Amino acid sequence: MSFNKKHLLGIQYLTKSEILTILDTAESLKEISKREVKKVPALRGKTIINLFFEPSTRTRSSFELAAKRLSADISSFSKASSSAVKGETLKDTVLNLEAMQTDALIIRHSASGTPHFLSTFCRSHVINAGDGTHEHPTQALLDAFTIREEKGKLKGLKVVIVGDILHSRVARSNMFLLNKMGVKVVLVGPPGLVPPQMARLGAQVDYNMDRAVQDADVIMMLRIQLERQQKNFFPSVREYRNLFSLTPKRFETARKNAIIMHPGPINRDIEISTQLADSLKSVILKQVENGIAIRMAVLYLLLGGKERDVTD
Amino acid sequence: MLLIKNGHVIDPHSGLDKKTDILIKNKKISDIKENISSVGKKSIDASDKIVAPGFIDMHVHLRDPGQEHKETIETGSKAAAKGGFTSIACMPNTVPVNDNSGTTEYIIAEAIKRASVNVFPIAAVSMGQKGELLTEMADLIKSGAIAFSDDGYPVSNSQLMRRCLEYARELNTLIIEHCEDLDLSSGGVMNEGYPSYLLGLQGIPDYSETVMVARNIILAEKTNSRLHLAHMSTKGSVELIKAAKNKGLKITSEVTPHHLFLDDSLLSDYDTNLKVNPPIRTKLDNKSLIEAVKQGIIDVFATDHAPHSPDEKEVEFNEAPFGINGLETAVSLILDKLVNKKIISLNRLVEMYSCNPAKILGLENKGKIEIGSDADLTIIDTEKEITVDVNTFQSKSRNNPFHSWKLKGSPVVTIVGGKVAYSSLKQNPSAE
Amino acid sequence: MKEKIKARVMDSRKIKRAFNRMATEITERNRDLNNLVIIGIRTRGVHIAKRIAKLIKEYDNVEVPMGILDITLYRDDFSELEDKHIVKKTEINFSIENKDVLLVDDVLFTGRTIRAAMDSLIDLGRPKTIQLLVFIDRGHKELPIKADYTGKSLPTSRREQVKVKLKEIDKKDEVLITEPGGIG
Repeated sequence: MSFNKKHLLGIQYLTKSEILTILDTAESLKEISKREVKKVPALRGKTIINLFFEPSTRTRSSFELAAKRLSADISSFSKASSSAVKGETLKDTVLNLEAMQTDALIIRHSASGTPHFLSTFCRSHVINAGDGTHEHPTQALLDAFTIREEKGKLKGLKVVIVGDILHSRVARSNMFLLNKMGVKVVLVGPPGLVPPQMARLGAQVDYNMDRAVQDADVIMMLRIQLERQQKNFFPSVREYRNLFSLTPKRFETARKNAIIMHPGPINRDIEISTQLADSLKSVILKQVENGIAIRMAVLYLLLGGKERDVTD
Repeated sequence: MLLIKNGHVIDPHSGLDKKTDILIKNKKISDIKENISSVGKKSIDASDKIVAPGFIDMHVHLRDPGQEHKETIETGSKAAAKGGFTSIACMPNTVPVNDNSGTTEYIIAEAIKRASVNVFPIAAVSMGQKGELLTEMADLIKSGAIAFSDDGYPVSNSQLMRRCLEYARELNTLIIEHCEDLDLSSGGVMNEGYPSYLLGLQGIPDYSETVMVARNIILAEKTNSRLHLAHMSTKGSVELIKAAKNKGLKITSEVTPHHLFLDDSLLSDYDTNLKVNPPIRTKLDNKSLIEAVKQGIIDVFATDHAPHSPDEKEVEFNEAPFGINGLETAVSLILDKLVNKKIISLNRLVEMYSCNPAKILGLENKGKIEIGSDADLTIIDTEKEITVDVNTFQSKSRNNPFHSWKLKGSPVVTIVGGKVAYSSLKQNPSAE
Repeated sequence: MKEKIKARVMDSRKIKRAFNRMATEITERNRDLNNLVIIGIRTRGVHIAKRIAKLIKEYDNVEVPMGILDITLYRDDFSELEDKHIVKKTEINFSIENKDVLLVDDVLFTGRTIRAAMDSLIDLGRPKTIQLLVFIDRGHKELPIKADYTGKSLPTSRREQVKVKLKEIDKKDEVLITEPGGIG
C-alpha cells in the first residue's frame, strides 16, 4: 500500500499499487457516511477549492461532501466559460485563489491538460475532476470500486464500454484503470467514434454490439452527444439506437448477473431501453454512494497526515 | 571596405570549397583570392570558420503591422541576424493583411529604417486571405512583393488556386502554398495518432496535408506553373513530391527544423511551445523528412518563425495560438543534428539555406559568392558549443521548444550588404 | 532500524495471570455486565480485547459485544505510525449509546492514542462511561489519561520501546523492552 503523489492528474500516472491503496482506503472510509455524526477530523484546517469551469452538480457536491466529512473547509467557484477569451486568464484566476492559502484545488475544465497546466505553477495539490476529453480519474475509481463490490474482484472480468469513446474522458480513465488491474476491456461504437488506434490504450475494439456484449460481466454505456450526428459520426439517432443501444435481448447474452453502469445522465431509449434503465438504477445509486468514499480517500491520501506537527 | 580573411569559403553555386579571402566594396563582393592584404582595411579573421553566402529564411512571420506585441520588423530582423540570416521573406498574415501596395510599401520602408537584415514582403494571394478574390499581383510586385501566399491558411477553393497559378505564371512570380484541408483538420490541436488519443486532444490527421499536396501538384502540372510548398511535415507529402520531381514538375518545398527533430510523443506534458501548425508528427515522419533532405527531394530549410507573446502561450493547450519561434536556433540545429552527425554535408546545408532559396525567390545576386554578387555572408563556427537560452533571444517571443538543448555549431558573424549585422566574435575589425 | 532486546519482562505465564486478574477486576467493578461493550484499538488492542471478552464469558457466561476501532483519522502524532497513510476499517456493529465502553490498547505511552480513540467514540455516539484497559503502562504521559485496568506498570526511558507480543500474531506471548542499537 502506498501513495506518493502530490497531485491526482489522471489514472495513467498511477501505479497498480496506488490504485489499490485508494480503493482499500475508500473501503475503510465508507462507514463514516453511515454514522450519525458523519465527520472525522482528519483534514481539519485544510482549505480546498472546487474550481468548476463546466457545469456539474453531482461531481461538485460529491467532492464538497467528501471534503466536509473529513472536516476540511471547502468553497466552490464556478465560471461559465473558459477565461482566456473573456478577460482574466486561467493562470491569473488560479493564482488569485491560491493567494487565499489553499491546500488543494479540484479542477474541472473543458480543455484537456488543464490540471497539468495548473500543476506547473500551483503550490496546492491539484485534483482532476474531469479535463476535456482526457481523464476523469475519480469516476473511474468509483466505477472500479463499485464493480469490485458487486463482483468481489476485478481481475479476469470482461468489461464492455459502449458509445462515444473518442470524446469520453470517463472511457479513457476506465480503460487505463481496468487495464492495470488485469481486466479485459472491449470498446464498441460507430467507427468514427472508436478509432482502431485506441486499442493501444489497452482494449479490444469491436463495431458489432451483439458480438461484443456476449459473456460480458459489466456493460458500461456512455452518453451519446446528439450533436455528433451533425459531424457525421453516425447518420441518425435511429440508426445509432438500432446498432448500439442496450436492449433486453442483447443484455440476455451477457453473463448471468452482469451489471449495467452509466456515468449519467442517461438518454433513455437511445443508449439503453427503459426496462433496463430501471435495473440500472440500483447500481447508479451505489456509484453515487461510493463516489463520496472514493473522493474522501483521494483527499485523505493527498492531504492527510503529512504536514502536521510531529510531537515525539 | 571589409575584408574576410582566412575563412573556409563554401559556395555550392560556383563550386568554391577552400580557404580563401573575400574583399567587400560598396556592398558587393569585389575580390575573391588568397592572401589579400589587410593593410588599410577593416577585417574579420575567419580562421577555422566557414564562410558561406548569406542565409535566406523564406518563411518568417514578423507580425508587423498590427501585432507588434509579438514581434516587430526591427526585433524580428535582429533575431534573424543573430540566427545567421542575411535575408528574410515575411508572410502577409499581418493586421491588416498585406494584400495591398500600402502595406507592402510600409514593410519595405520600415525595413530600410530599422531592420538589420534584408526584408522581402510576401503578399497575399487573396484579398484579406479570405480565399475568394485574387489580389492585384502585378501592382504588388511593382511595390516590392517578392512572392505570394495565403500562409496561415490554404487556398481551399481549387478553382481559385487554378486561376492564381495561371495568373502568377505569366507574371513570372512564385506562389507559396500552405497545404491543409481545413475540414479534415478542423478543431484539431496536435497530430492525430496514439499520443493524441492518450492526451484527449483533438487530432489533425497527417493526410489533411497530403491530400492538399496532391491537389496542388496536379494543379501546378495542369497549369504548367511553378509552386513552392511550405513547411512539409509528412512522409506522404515527401512521397508525392518525389514523384512530382521525377516527372520534371516545377515543384519546390521547404521543411522546418522542428518537423525534422521533434515528434508528437513529446507533447505528454501539454507544453504549448510544441503547439504548431502543421503539427509535430511522428518519428517516422521525422525520418522520412531527413531522408528527403539528404536526397534532394526537399529544397529549402525555412523556420516558419511564428512569434507569440509569452502570456498568449501560458494558457490551456486548446486556447494557445499555434506557432514556434525559430530564427535563433535553426542554423545550430541543422549543424548539430545533420552536419555534425554526418547525415548531410556542409555543402548541402549551404545549398538549402542559401543557394536554393535565392534561386526560388529569384534573388539573382544572392545565394552565391562571386565577384559582383551582394555582400551578404554568413560565417559559421562548426565546433562552437552552445546551450540554447530563450532568455537571451533578440526576438520578443520565447515560444521555442529547444530551450536548454546543447548544440554543436553556430553562426558567429552575419554580414548584410557589407555591414556587420551581428557578431559574437571577440574582434574589433581594425580601423578603415 | 536494528533493535536489540534489553529485557524480557513478562513470559507467557505472567501474561496469563495478568489477564485473569484484569478480567476479575472488570467483572467486579461492572455490576451490570449486560451494559458492557469492549472496543479494541487496532491492531494489538483488538487481540487483547478478544481475550478479555473470552475470559468474561468463561467467568460469568456473558457474551460482551466486541468492536474494532481504527483511530488513524483522529491522530495528531503521525510520526508514531510506520506507514502514515494506512486507514483500516472501524467495525463497531452495535450502538454505543448509553453503554459502558471498555477501551482496550496494548501500551499506554503519551496518551495521545487514547485521546484520539475517545474523540472517535464520541463521534460514534454518547457512551454512558468509558473505561480504559491497557496491558502495559510505560509512563511518559503527555495528557491527563489514566488506565482503569493495567496488566503491568513498567518504568522505561523514552529511547526504549515496549513490545507486547501475542500468540495470535507473534507465535508466542511475551513482553519485551527493546532499544535501537547494534551496528545497523
